Amino acid sequence: MKVAVCLKRVPDTTTKIEVGADGKSINPAGVQYVISPYDEFAVEEGIRRKEAAGEGSVTIVTVGPAASTDVIRKALGMGADDAVLATTEESLDPRRTAEALAGVLRDRGDDLVLFGRTSVDGQSAQVGAQVAGLLGIPYVGDVVGLEIEGRSAKITREVEGGHVVLRGDLPLAIGCQKGLNEPRYPSLKGIMMAKKKPIETVEATCGDPTVETVSLAPPPARPDGRIVGEGVDAVPELVRLLREEAKIV
Amino acid sequence: MEPFESIDFYRLDDLLTEEQRLIRGTVREFVEENIIPSIEQHFMDGTFPREVIPQLGELGLLGANLEGYGCAGLDNISYGLIMQELERGDSGLRSFVSVQGGLVMYPIWRFGTEEQKQKYLPRLATGEFVGCFGLTEPDHGSNPSGMITNAVEDGDEYILNGNKMWITNGCVADVAVVWAKLDGVVRGFIVEKGTPGFSTTLQQGKFSLRASVTSELHFQDCRIPKGNLLPDVQGLKGPLSCLTQARYGIAWGAVGSAMACFDCARKYTGSRIQFDKPIASFQIVQAKLAEQLSEITKAQLVALRLGQMKEAGTMTPQHVSLAKRNNVRIALDIARICRDMLGANGVTHEYPVGRHMLNLESVITYEGTHDIHTLILGQSVTGIAAYS
Ligand SMILES: Cc1cc2nc3c(=O)[nH]c(=O)nc-3n(C[C@H](O)[C@H](O)[C@H](O)COP(=O)(O)OP(=O)(O)OC[C@H]3O[C@@H](n4cnc5c(N)ncnc54)[C@H](O)[C@@H]3O)c2cc1C
Repeated sequence: MKVAVCLKRVPDTTTKIEVGADGKSINPAGVQYVISPYDEFAVEEGIRRKEAAGEGSVTIVTVGPAASTDVIRKALGMGADDAVLATTEESLDPRRTAEALAGVLRDRGDDLVLFGRTSVDGQSAQVGAQVAGLLGIPYVGDVVGLEIEGRSAKITREVEGGHVVLRGDLPLAIGCQKGLNEPRYPSLKGIMMAKKKPIETVEATCGDPTVETVSLAPPPARPDGRIVGEGVDAVPELVRLLREEAKIV
Repeated sequence: MEPFESIDFYRLDDLLTEEQRLIRGTVREFVEENIIPSIEQHFMDGTFPREVIPQLGELGLLGANLEGYGCAGLDNISYGLIMQELERGDSGLRSFVSVQGGLVMYPIWRFGTEEQKQKYLPRLATGEFVGCFGLTEPDHGSNPSGMITNAVEDGDEYILNGNKMWITNGCVADVAVVWAKLDGVVRGFIVEKGTPGFSTTLQQGKFSLRASVTSELHFQDCRIPKGNLLPDVQGLKGPLSCLTQARYGIAWGAVGSAMACFDCARKYTGSRIQFDKPIASFQIVQAKLAEQLSEITKAQLVALRLGQMKEAGTMTPQHVSLAKRNNVRIALDIARICRDMLGANGVTHEYPVGRHMLNLESVITYEGTHDIHTLILGQSVTGIAAYS
């Protein structure tokens, strides 16, 4: 079972993000970086597939700045075997990210290419599908269940209010959703071993930008709450406001 | 509660390796997900979260800085960071790991026979076995050299008699490292649970370190095989060398408690409105936060430098005394002040500060009281021992 896991380095979901001086990027000062949370499901799934198959390899593929090795090490500490880091100091749009990833993946011949369903910073949910398109393999997103027998995979997808079960043959690209598995912690021994696992660095290759970030804006400050009255007397007015103004009932 | 944000005012992260940061991050995540949600209840119930022991083993947190025998073999700064993160959760959790690694695995690893190492270390490393360390006695705390517990040789056995008190993990331990006098000389013995003549009682009624089991150990004509003597050490330097290991971890752990309290107080004072303003806008509150930030930063520097010296082999027990004494003191002071900054909420289990404050009352007492470390440093400065 040859698995590639595409993994993105994103600002820690708990850090407070500030827009940088140029108005189009975030201010990197004091920002901690983590594996994009959905990608952790992909790493875990990759390791489990390899364990279940009893043979194979799990390779982490990242497009990002040279500093991305910190999050790659975590994935190696969890149990991935090696990694390829396609470096770029540019912030790439989804299309160019997909091109850069496909550039690394094209000749590898992976049985499974795993992604998070979306990255928590860009939130485009495009990269997995675009990479699969470039590689000419099927893509299934929002996956919460994966069973593989031989070359045949049974895939459970989450859709609004229910599940869809699909069947398809390897090679496949999968976008992992919460619920697929419970990612393990890297053990200390795993982290020590990760130090010795190879991270191959190549330069990211992709086409010219087709879209451009014009500006970033933080969410507007939440307006102050309003007290419409006290006790039961306030209920009719509250209901009216919820229905007519907030439009949530 | 919002997730914990650590304090790194002096960018000490720049002095850590990628691997050390990753280890810290892993333990922080583990504590956030597996300890924080249930620790207040365990504290209230007076129970140790036993359910996490296998996970502690799986992650490699038990005896993490020892080489071989299933241990992770980490550097000492990584080890310190682990202690910091565990104690950010709870001092009782850190105590469990300190005792297991520094006070039980370490003496077996350092002073034990190959057979003892093979038998105990791998199982202690996975958490299959829990260990305890029996030095303190009812009448001999700060002065362990006066201990009464003794061992007498009888054929191919030793017969142990005496009582140990305030022993962390005592009742839950599968194996005890017990210090007793053999022909007037302090020696270390391994005693397994269930050995006839060995019994334990739970010490009830603590208001501190409640999420940690504290017990008395009783030895009444307890016969243990001769092979259970730790051969390679004689005298008080045996237990004291273990304490140096554990105190090293405490110096880091206390920083974790202090950061937990500071983080809580800065968030609380930022959102608590009195006199139409966040209380953080008052100068007295700011002065407290500024003082705490300074003390935490200094304590972090002391811990990190101590770790560098431990790695370089230049760390002395006196260096450890300074760090344990300073860092626990500032942590306790910070916890008390943060408790006050939270007003009435500070006396509830809604917030972690009161629990840390109570825990630190044990931490400042065990592993050499604050004043005993004062005397050790006093001796280091003057050349005169005040306690002999
Ligand atoms: C929760 C908890 C867990 C513990 N776990 C363990 C364990 O796992 N294993 C173990 O062996 N022990 C353990 N201990 C015991 C701990 O190490 C002792 O309590 C500590 O060494 C102090 O001893 P004592 O309580 O007898 O106090 P004492 O020695 O009686 O001290 C009382 C006071 O007198 C002061 N004092 C004593 N001598 C002097 C002096 N010469 N000059 C000035 N002041 C002095 C002390 O500083 C202190 O303020 C634990 C204690 C606690 C509270």
